[in-house]
Amino acid sequence: MGLRLPSKVLEHILSFIDSNEDRNSVSLVCKSWFETERKTRKRVFVGNCYAVSPAAVAKRFPEMRSLTLKGKPHFADYNLVPDGWGGYAWPWIEAMAAKCPSLEEIRLKRMVVTDECLEKIAASFKDFEVLVLTSCEGFSTDGIAAIAATCRNLRVLELRECIVEDLGGDWLSYFPETSTSLVSLDFSCLDSEVKISDLERLVSRSPNLKSLKLNPAVTLDGLVSLLRRAPQLTELGTGSFAFQLKPEAFSKLSEAFSNCKQLQSLSGLWDVLPEYLPALYSVCPGLTSLNLSYATVRMPDLVELLRRCSKLQKLWVMDLIEDKGLEAVASYCKELRELRVFPSAPDLDEANIPLTEQGLVVVSKGCRKLESVLYFCVQFTNAALLTIARKRPNLKCFRLCVIEPFAPDYKTNEPLDKGFKAIAEGCKDLRRLSVSGLLSDKAFKYIGKHAKKVRMLSIAFAGDSDLMLHHLLSGCESLKKLEIRDCPFGDTALLEHAAKLETMRSLWMSSCFVSFGACKILSKKMPRLNVEVIDEHPPETRPESSPVERIYIYRTVAGPRMDTPEFVWTIHKNPEIGVSHLAIK
Amino acid sequence: MSYRLLSVDKEEPGLKERNYLGLSDCSSVDSSTIPNVEKSNLNFKATELRLGLPESESPERETDFGLLSPRTLDEKLLFPLLPCKDNTSATTGHKNVVSGNKRGFADTWDEFSGLKGSVRPGGINMMLSPKVKDVLKDERSHAKGGGLNNAPAAKAQVVGWPPIRSYRKNTMASSTSKNTDEVDGKPGLGALFVKVSMDGAPYLRKVDLRTYTSYQQLSSALEKMFSCFTLGQYGLHGAQGRERMSEIKLKDLLHGSEFVLTYEDKDGDWMLVGDVPWEIFTETCQKLKIMKGSDSIGLGAVEKSKNKERV
Repeated sequence: MGLRLPSKVLEHILSFIDSNEDRNSVSLVCKSWFETERKTRKRVFVGNCYAVSPAAVAKRFPEMRSLTLKGKPHFADYNLVPDGWGGYAWPWIEAMAAKCPSLEEIRLKRMVVTDECLEKIAASFKDFEVLVLTSCEGFSTDGIAAIAATCRNLRVLELRECIVEDLGGDWLSYFPETSTSLVSLDFSCLDSEVKISDLERLVSRSPNLKSLKLNPAVTLDGLVSLLRRAPQLTELGTGSFAFQLKPEAFSKLSEAFSNCKQLQSLSGLWDVLPEYLPALYSVCPGLTSLNLSYATVRMPDLVELLRRCSKLQKLWVMDLIEDKGLEAVASYCKELRELRVFPSAPDLDEANIPLTEQGLVVVSKGCRKLESVLYFCVQFTNAALLTIARKRPNLKCFRLCVIEPFAPDYKTNEPLDKGFKAIAEGCKDLRRLSVSGLLSDKAFKYIGKHAKKVRMLSIAFAGDSDLMLHHLLSGCESLKKLEIRDCPFGDTALLEHAAKLETMRSLWMSSCFVSFGACKILSKKMPRLNVEVIDEHPPETRPESSPVERIYIYRTVAGPRMDTPEFVWTIHKNPEIGVSHLAIK
Repeated sequence: MSYRLLSVDKEEPGLKERNYLGLSDCSSVDSSTIPNVEKSNLNFKATELRLGLPESESPERETDFGLLSPRTLDEKLLFPLLPCKDNTSATTGHKNVVSGNKRGFADTWDEFSGLKGSVRPGGINMMLSPKVKDVLKDERSHAKGGGLNNAPAAKAQVVGWPPIRSYRKNTMASSTSKNTDEVDGKPGLGALFVKVSMDGAPYLRKVDLRTYTSYQQLSSALEKMFSCFTLGQYGLHGAQGRERMSEIKLKDLLHGSEFVLTYEDKDGDWMLVGDVPWEIFTETCQKLKIMKGSDSIGLGAVEKSKNKERV
């Protein structure tokens, strides 16, 4: 007989394993390991809320303390997913309330969360501590009030870029006077003004408060008063700076900042005027993260600020920084790991900012630790990409958005194939890649061949034919999420590599040439994939060869979902049922 | 290098409408591309191959695929909860609609320009001849030059492109409008973006008033921006018209009585540009519009009380 590890010993060993990927591997070893693992997993992550049923998860992990869920496809951020598509948090909250009452933390991304959900959370989990909602919608400030009022041990309440029905600032007053546990509060996405005195009192009685992100309605005076009460802050999101600069106000602000000796992260800064920036100088040397992406400040003022930020690791900024500003970043911010440059004119009818590919090149050369890039730029060159790849083989995330669709290398007029080849080949640890500009099928051949660790790939307006998809699905071994829009491939590659899709979390295709017929074949062939067609009209009323506008395919063990709206059609698995009984409403 | 989407009218060779769907019972495939033509409800219009610039204000666009009808009354019935457009302030009054940020289903189909149809050399339905893609590529190489100094002359509005989160778009939009407000009696000194529209031009532009210090500068900048539209407009008269009109610039048109520059002030009134000192103009201007001379009769520098309450 073989030796068997006693489960107590195994439990002890597993208590050192945090990574869920590792735990997933552990659970595949044998039944007893599966059992031990599942009873000891505390942090559960579900990347697609439709991949598995809430009941199954609750049953499998009874000791769950933390649940993280993601709902809508990533392209929902860019308005490609119609409202009402799905991603409802309620079934999960309900299931957890019944089976896992010891749940302490809930983190949701791109989900629909109602006030009922929030009330249910408040009522069901007596030890509830952490609520983080990112890009969620469907709730109002009443729901937040319920959380504030009821969760006595609330440590973290963060609303990140949510769409909230703002019924006023009263929600803040619902934190009981006895609550002293707050560590992080982020209400930056709310519009209404909160009573500053309530906020001051809350901050004063929260000695553990480390992160505070205010909404734009908080004035400079308010900010000063809060900073005075919380000099221990490590993360600050300011309110709006759009108020008149009185000399005394400036010096008060300056002083308040200089007392925050532990401040590492700064964000907010809406409407900040250049004259206010010197008030921040005192905290610059300690900053590791700076989000200036809402600050419409120009290059010279930005440089003055940034040259003081020698420890900066993460910088989010607008293209107002210009190439020159990025040169300064390359010189002074030697610790930089992440750079995001957003376009300042979202409508993009004004492309007159002197930010070119050179800006990114110079940062790639100067910042040796740079590993994550998001860069919006009007046009690019292969040469720049080659340099970036050569200088920064340690890149893990490279998202380049060449704003003009189909823009070739503007110096040579060639596609950007060579450039992205260099990136794929040179950056061996690349996990996430977004490509843009003019790209032929060749680019995808290179990506398929070299980008072995890429897990998430985003493609738009690229490629010539089915080959592009063929290269990607046959090549990228670690691919988990693929999202494609407006590319000219059809059914062949998709059907040929159907099996690959089960190794991935999801595939989004919109405005491509995949036909309804292919969707049906795929669905029949792959029982553990949900093939969902997003279309205003029943796809069955059209010829099978007609292309479908949007398709979302994802692996699941939960079967077709029951909450699809009228415009989402899950292709039925049973061939006998036939074409007409498609939708599950 | 600028990328142009041509305004191709129907007579252009190489582009033909084809009824790929073979649905004989749908209403006739007419070659009209005027988006506002009324269509019967839930009509399957055949695939329309167009490379047109979308209109700025009117949301009535058809998709290339013809799998959906343009937004019609029926669509509104189907999706009564959904607001019109995230850019407009109108919301159809369901109380669950939280903000104009939400996109109605039909909106997500909106504004698919011919940009989409341009990259389809093959594919199941043979949507578009490879010629068109080459046409676009040629245009691009002809238009090359000047680097970034020339703002791209034409940009199609494509849903979800460039990929910027709506949260960011909305925040930027409201923050630029905040900058034009007077707060504590003193306007912000950050960027001051205002939208500029022109009668007949397919879409809006934006200018940062803070980058100019005089009306002269503003006017030259607008000239450059909109001269392409002026030519386009007269170009409809045919090649001959185009040649003749190529000499006429916006400046001449502005100084002639063809077009006037007007602005909307804080009270919502439309005024002629140039009547108040530049500094006051930048403080009060909300929007700019290049109007046809005939439409601007009646506008004037209305006497406004300067004793507005300052917050």
